[in-house]
Amino acid sequence: MLAYLVRRTMLAVVTGLAVLTLVFCIVRILPGKPSHVILGDFASQAAIEALDKRLGLDRPIWAQYVEFIHKSAMGDWGVSMVTDRPVIDEILRVLPWTLELTIVALAIGVVLGVPLGVWAALRRNGAADYAIRVASLLGLSFPAFVSAVLLLLLFAIQWSWFPVISARTGSLTAWVQSLTLPAINLGLINAAYITRVTRSAMLEVLHEDYVRTARAKGVPWGAVVWRHALGNAMIPIVTVVGLFLGILIGNSVLTEIVFNRPGLGKLIVGALNQRDYTMLQALMVTYTLLVVVVNVLTDLVYGLVDPRVKLQ
Amino acid sequence: MTSIGTPVPFDSHAAQPSLVRAFRANLLSLIGLVLFLAVMLVAAAAPLLTAYDPFVQDVTHKLASPSAAHLFGTDEYGRDIWARMIYGARLSLLIGLASTVVAIVVGSLIGIVAGRYGGRLDAFAMQVMDVLLAFPSLILGMIVVAMLGPSLANIILAIALTSVPAFARIARAPTIALKGRDFIEACRSLGLSTPRILVRHVLPNIFAEILVMGSLWLANAIRTEASLAFIGLGLRPPTPTWGGMIREGFDNILDSAWLAVVPGTAVLIVIFSLNLIGDGLRDAVDPKLKGGE
Repeated sequence: MLAYLVRRTMLAVVTGLAVLTLVFCIVRILPGKPSHVILGDFASQAAIEALDKRLGLDRPIWAQYVEFIHKSAMGDWGVSMVTDRPVIDEILRVLPWTLELTIVALAIGVVLGVPLGVWAALRRNGAADYAIRVASLLGLSFPAFVSAVLLLLLFAIQWSWFPVISARTGSLTAWVQSLTLPAINLGLINAAYITRVTRSAMLEVLHEDYVRTARAKGVPWGAVVWRHALGNAMIPIVTVVGLFLGILIGNSVLTEIVFNRPGLGKLIVGALNQRDYTMLQALMVTYTLLVVVVNVLTDLVYGLVDPRVKLQ
Repeated sequence: MTSIGTPVPFDSHAAQPSLVRAFRANLLSLIGLVLFLAVMLVAAAAPLLTAYDPFVQDVTHKLASPSAAHLFGTDEYGRDIWARMIYGARLSLLIGLASTVVAIVVGSLIGIVAGRYGGRLDAFAMQVMDVLLAFPSLILGMIVVAMLGPSLANIILAIALTSVPAFARIARAPTIALKGRDFIEACRSLGLSTPRILVRHVLPNIFAEILVMGSLWLANAIRTEASLAFIGLGLRPPTPTWGGMIREGFDNILDSAWLAVVPGTAVLIVIFSLNLIGDGLRDAVDPKLKGGE
């Protein structure tokens, strides 16, 4: 177990380094020099050079790269070019909002998606299967901001069940109220993806010999489906849920914008609009870390759902 | 010929007719195809379908509700929503198709070459693709567009970049699977050049799968374009884009909800129709999913 964790961490470090390199390249290679952007078109050459020096942009590219990697690893992500505050503080301040939203949404997705997917697989080509397939296809066709606008329109504006701006205040009710619509928005889209992968994973295992054997020896059908079949279908489900992370993050950005909810999404849009390069770089590092962490978690979950996977 | 589980699902002769058969047999993908063709037709015939210019402002009729004169009403500058919708369809489809084609060509090339040559080149190329794939695609698109500027070419490039890894992976697996097969060996012993084998013999065999994934990724590309425009990283106003219209409508959501709902429905219909097509076709070309037998 320990050896496994060490090896996974090493692999995660390699992946992290690779993505950091990509981040570095994107920020450096793309046109639009930060100093020009910050100071505007009419800045003097001297002013630009001075700012370049302050930002360390006058040094050779490899030195910048080494410094970037070193500082990223040390958690020294610089100060915002706009607010002059350490970017890591800003990120840590809004990170819980985004995590809370994505975790609740993921839970909604699993709770709805797995049973629906199992049901559809059992009723293969029946009416329920068709209805679930079309509904889930419709669900994953929704751009997250369109569904968010519709939810906001119906439940917050038309019927006033929820606040239009979802920022929590003190009480538990306020927190639940502010989280509900954004979480439902993300959760339903997640459920659509999870339903589909559960259905196809179940269809594959339901034809396996051990399912027939279990039935033949008299295991109740319910236990066959939920323990034998679903247990074996969990691996592809977990894999795909792990791969959803990219989609989930993109969708959470859009959801946060529509519901005017604090989070990484609003932060990155603000940073893009203000050309806050240090903030952008730090956000990309944050996303990278999230991806790496989720990859490791996915692997650990493999071990939990499938005893054949030895974590070594 | 192929036992269950070997990833060699395609037969060059069966690929074409099976697509036609798939459409015939699968009502849902047929509905999707009809819907999508209808949107293409409306976009192509845009000037015939409206008397209004999508750019002309008429502040005396701003924020008008849907009526006989303005089918879907007007926006805050008094521009006709229907006219902007159908001209916006052209841009959505153009950006979606162009970026998907670029991604298919570049991605397949990377995948086929990596799969064909294997070894270090393969490992390196796939590592790069994995890194690109791991990074949230909308964020990547946002950053590229924000840094390069929201021009048509840059948006197409950014969206293509986000889907290149998918096509590289799609093209690589069957290329490796085909490598050892007899007819490829036969080609080599006949002395055919490698590019010729790749283009004439490998590509046709993976074409069906690329086409299926193409329709799904086209849906994705159109969604990404709309999302970028909604965030404010689309083509600059007053150009009519669906995402941009939803954004403008969202600003007026309290009094004129249809401004956001109408283009939102349009995006949804296009993506849904493409997903219906891709989903049905995938079942048809993937023997594993046919299941049961």
